[in-house]
Amino acid sequence: MVETANKPLLVVPDVIRQTASMKLDGARWAAAKLARTGRADIARIVDAVAAAGHAKARHYAEWAVRETGYGVVEHKIMKNEACSKGVVDLYRDEDFVTPRIDASRKMVELPRPAGVVLALVPVTNPVATVFFKTLLSLMTRNAVLLCPHPGAKEVCVDAANTLAEAAKAAGAPDGAIQVIEEPTIPLIEYLMSDERVDLIVATGGPAVVKAAYRSGNPALGVGPGNAPVLVDGTSDIKLAAQRIVASKSFDNSILCTNESVVLAFEAIADRLLAEMKACKAHICTPEETAKVRKLLFTDTGFNGAVIGKDAGWIAREAGFSANGAKILVTPVDLVQPEEKLVREKLCPVLAFARVGGIDQAVSCARSMMRKTGRGHSAAAHSNDENNILAFAAAVPALRIAVNAGCSLGASGFETNLGPSMTIGTGFAGGSSIGDNLTPHHFVQFARIAYNKEASVSFGAFEGRDPLNLPRAAAGPVVQPQLQLHSGGLDADAMRQELRKIILEELNAVLAA
Amino acid sequence: MFDYGLFRFEDKQDLFVKAIRFWNPDKTKFWQDVGVDLVIDRREGYCLYDMSGRRLIDLHLNGGTYNFGHRHPEIVETLKGALDYFDMGNHWFPSVARAALSEALVKSAPGMKYAIFGAGGAEAVEIALKSARYATKRRKIVSIIKGYHGHSGLSVATGDERFTKIFLADRPDEFVQVPFNDIAAMERVLAGRDVAALIMETIPATYGFPMPNEGYLNACKALCEKHGTMYIADEVQTGLMRTGEMWGFQTYGVEPDIFVTAKGLGGGIYPISAAVVNEKCGGWLNEDGAAHISTSGGAELGCIVAYKVMEMLQRPELVSNVHSVTRFFAEGMAEMMQRHSDIFVGVRQKGVVLGLEFDHPEGAVSVSRALYEHGVWAIFSSLDKRVLQFKPGVLLSADMCQEILDRFDAAMPRARELLRQLPKAA
Repeated sequence: MVETANKPLLVVPDVIRQTASMKLDGARWAAAKLARTGRADIARIVDAVAAAGHAKARHYAEWAVRETGYGVVEHKIMKNEACSKGVVDLYRDEDFVTPRIDASRKMVELPRPAGVVLALVPVTNPVATVFFKTLLSLMTRNAVLLCPHPGAKEVCVDAANTLAEAAKAAGAPDGAIQVIEEPTIPLIEYLMSDERVDLIVATGGPAVVKAAYRSGNPALGVGPGNAPVLVDGTSDIKLAAQRIVASKSFDNSILCTNESVVLAFEAIADRLLAEMKACKAHICTPEETAKVRKLLFTDTGFNGAVIGKDAGWIAREAGFSANGAKILVTPVDLVQPEEKLVREKLCPVLAFARVGGIDQAVSCARSMMRKTGRGHSAAAHSNDENNILAFAAAVPALRIAVNAGCSLGASGFETNLGPSMTIGTGFAGGSSIGDNLTPHHFVQFARIAYNKEASVSFGAFEGRDPLNLPRAAAGPVVQPQLQLHSGGLDADAMRQELRKIILEELNAVLAA
Repeated sequence: MFDYGLFRFEDKQDLFVKAIRFWNPDKTKFWQDVGVDLVIDRREGYCLYDMSGRRLIDLHLNGGTYNFGHRHPEIVETLKGALDYFDMGNHWFPSVARAALSEALVKSAPGMKYAIFGAGGAEAVEIALKSARYATKRRKIVSIIKGYHGHSGLSVATGDERFTKIFLADRPDEFVQVPFNDIAAMERVLAGRDVAALIMETIPATYGFPMPNEGYLNACKALCEKHGTMYIADEVQTGLMRTGEMWGFQTYGVEPDIFVTAKGLGGGIYPISAAVVNEKCGGWLNEDGAAHISTSGGAELGCIVAYKVMEMLQRPELVSNVHSVTRFFAEGMAEMMQRHSDIFVGVRQKGVVLGLEFDHPEGAVSVSRALYEHGVWAIFSSLDKRVLQFKPGVLLSADMCQEILDRFDAAMPRARELLRQLPKAA
């Protein structure tokens, strides 16, 4: 008997891919249905989904940390709550469904959902991203197919199914929320290039974002962060230190908006370090800094094992002790890409450099972002508008959080930027969007535009619902002139021709 | 020039001439006369392409043969993979492919014990009728007037006289027919306790999909039990998820003694059929397993394709798609009927099995032609030409369903015009 221990005897289709393809068809059905759903029904579905996610915020926070090994449960709970009920409440008064009538411009705007959203979910913020992208999709009447990172697939699949059940119970069509259970990179690339996808929302590593843009489908992709943090002499040093340490330790720096390098004015640098130390930052000695550098950046590249780990763990792995520390501060002399510690680290290791003034702060910030972080985030702790303006005008970031922690400031939770799990890095960062991702990015508008001449009056559209218009009266039946393309002959002519041929054939047979 | 490598045709006319000369003159000419000059060339998904290049959406599906569409990639890939290892196999011996498919079929419905394979629907019906006769030691077979079960010796005898008289294949002494939905007639014919089997399509396809009255099928089954008759469900057109469940009888809560499946079971690429029997009807498989044999029945390549078909049909994603297509046409056809109420007078629907009724005895022939001219291929019911068989596939996409409805709507004025040209009904 032939053993089949390793490889099947038959080459068979990839069932996972084929099933994923069926999910896209399901999503298209759901999208068609959602596009014809009114505001009240959408609101009910969105609220039900948000409530279901919110109720399990802790459950999934614990699960995500357990499965991925990244982050802090308490902080993930906050994010899961903010990205469920929080985000729904934030946009509650906005209407992405009803036509907008603008009499002054003589225009009516009809919301047009994208259709099927393919949402890529990163391993770093899995559940919050599942909640966030699903709710943004539903608010704007899109169906969503979630593709979790393989490293977080179990929690993402469960979370997505929880949301899908809630949606269905609230009246959403089958297929409105779906998830890929067995994600692989080839599968995700296949899905991204499928024409049944209307919009890809890609959060993840640069490779996956680039792949999204290469796919040929419309995509909203975001690049990696690497935030410089300016602290000048006009800032409240104590508050700045508190904010930086809290932000840098938030969820163990897993948000891509977390602080990467502090650029401290020389005059206040020592005081800032002392205040940070008071907030449980461990200030590394040069030897410890070297050890951290070696741990984080190996010969083969960045060590992914450190992502989202706490400061004590990192210190231990590096070979020293920093018990009770919330973050590790690694002073560096050089703020250039060749100093690896000024790159994105996604763990509570904060590089610290001294600068002579605003000009040097700007050039340092530009230098460190040359390698990574373009278009992403920066922070400034300052009360000098000139410094803030000079910094913001020159560094290649699209959001500069001022006197706020960068993690939650740039991501919009502690500022008035849109709270978001997806941070547009703009043209500079290889993205088509420069804003924090909001529901507005998931919907476009068909515009009814009247002649602007004053003599042409605008229609009375108030109170009319395009989903529920009165039945049109039966008009006269128009008979289209049809021409069958059968080798240039119409059906009757062809029959004539055939009869002739048959007759000739018969005669030939009879004559033989 | 149509050069297929093995053979070539100058053009479509060349094909018509040869088809008339060597293949089937009447059938070829029939389609000419009803205005459907179709010669299927390329085919892909739910689309057919005429030799002229014209695209047609296929809602005929050959009775569900193309349930998954034409040349579904996953089915094709399965067959290609199987061809590197298997061939038809040898029916004398047990085989992995037949064992695997038998198990899948037997487990797809409660009460079943064995699956016996054929190459086509008629062969499976033949097996079913023989198995029922074996089990009951009775000869008589009851079927429905205008029912349809194939064209082989026993199967054709159950059907319409159009198909039997010409070949002297009717056997009125052994094959009795009763009207559909008439439970009293059924009682009368079964009460003699000499009937081996009642065979019926769960929804008679060739008769235009008249829906069984509430409780009718259950009452038939109860009568069978009462009078010792085997109930054979012909699921050739209603099986394989086309009614929203794997088998049509499941939607009516009927448990047959035997059910027959074919057409779509072969995924549209490898012919295979099966009679699935309960323990009693399968008794001969213990007594003399070679009493019925078939060289091409249960060919292993077909078994592998069918196994894949069964696997695909059970995916939640597919089931959800069937429900979406079902809802879409339920709503869409109700709307169409409102808009075209002068000619379009009724919809019969169970899942993606639809019969559309038009207000003329030959109405569906005209509608079929009008749809054909509008890029949709759906065939009238041979035995009730008022009714158009409208058979969407289980994997149809939302976009294509909308296209079908738009084309249907656009074809109605033409249908109206063609109907007006027909002689008035008596």
